[in-house]
Amino acid sequence: MRLLTHNMLSCNIKGVTNGFPLAIEATTVETKEVDMNPDFLRHIFPKLEWKAFRDASHSLGVDDLPEQVDPDMLLDEEFLRRFHHALLEVHLEEGVLICPETGRRFPVSKGIPNMLLNEDEV
Amino acid sequence: MKLKQLEASISQLIQFQNPKIELEQYSTGAHIASRMLYMANSSYNDIGGKVVVDLGCGCGTLGVAASLLSADHVIGIDIDAEALDVARVNSEEFEGTIDFIQGNVADCKLKGWKVDTVVMNPPFGTRKKGADMMFLSSACQVLKLFPVGQQSSLSKIKLLYEKDSKIGRSFVSSCNSVHISIMLLRLYQTLSTHREGKFATIVWQLLGLTFYYDAMQTCVQYLSTEIICTYC
Ligand SMILES: C[S@@+](CC[C@H](N)C(=O)[O-])C[C@H]1O[C@@H](n2cnc3c(N)ncnc32)[C@H](O)[C@@H]1O
Repeated sequence: MRLLTHNMLSCNIKGVTNGFPLAIEATTVETKEVDMNPDFLRHIFPKLEWKAFRDASHSLGVDDLPEQVDPDMLLDEEFLRRFHHALLEVHLEEGVLICPETGRRFPVSKGIPNMLLNEDEV
Repeated sequence: MKLKQLEASISQLIQFQNPKIELEQYSTGAHIASRMLYMANSSYNDIGGKVVVDLGCGCGTLGVAASLLSADHVIGIDIDAEALDVARVNSEEFEGTIDFIQGNVADCKLKGWKVDTVVMNPPFGTRKKGADMMFLSSACQVLKLFPVGQQSSLSKIKLLYEKDSKIGRSFVSSCNSVHISIMLLRLYQTLSTHREGKFATIVWQLLGLTFYYDAMQTCVQYLSTEIICTYC
């Protein structure tokens, strides 16, 4: 699972009002290179929750994203490269996603988070 | 990528080894899957460079097709771990990068406005009543076509789905990126399972389809040719 996906996932247990963002406990992280598409990065940038994304990148050992961002940065090649890397090349392979409100743990195995809820959670 | 190439690649994917009937696990054939995604890409520009979600991805057929057509980010969601294991292998085979999530489509909401296109071949609700509507409603929720939790949303989809109506039409015009293969595949399914009375069903469903889905016309025409060849 990559961080763009993480940026969309939340804990949807019944009654939870603030299930986003899920905290990450990473055991195994892998990097797989993919071609960079600057147009795509510009398309997705305004839709991202930047703080959640940056915090998540820290949990995966990526520390070179700025705290404050503005759209002008999308003209900077170096920024795009870092952004691309953190968003689309770093994979959480093994670990746990944790609901910020309830502490419910969702295991991630072979890159696939298990978001299935128990009967008493829906 | 050419359509022929796409179809050839898709036909190599591993499919359900022990299909679970209660989850309606049958895969979309390479022929129809490649055409559906090819058209979504070339005629509607909904795949290449987009964020695509495959709901009920099974062994990943539609998601892999989207990935082969240069979607920038593909997410496949399925309830079944065994299917997802196959999907992961399929995706790696094509060096695709698909993020899979094990989850129930009913309660796996995706946050924000990040998804451009949903592709799916959902259950028809033959095993679990309402499963088809649930997928459709979930697709709309993923694409944020209505405010979450709005009661009327489901009835709007029902209208779209079942009958001719103004609301249905205006809804369609706002959701051309829901490539609701459901109609096509439902048709496909109907044909392959109920051989009797097929002609009436086809005509009726085709009329419904062309009415609701101008966008799907090419595919529909294609299908109807195929159907006629196969069954008449
Ligand atoms: C008709 S198959 C389609 C498989 C694949 N998308 C394809 O086109 O070949 C429907 C898929 O939906 C999955 N499914 C059924 N109910 C589900 C649910 N509630 N949540 C998530 N997936 C579900 C099944 O496991 C199955 O893989």
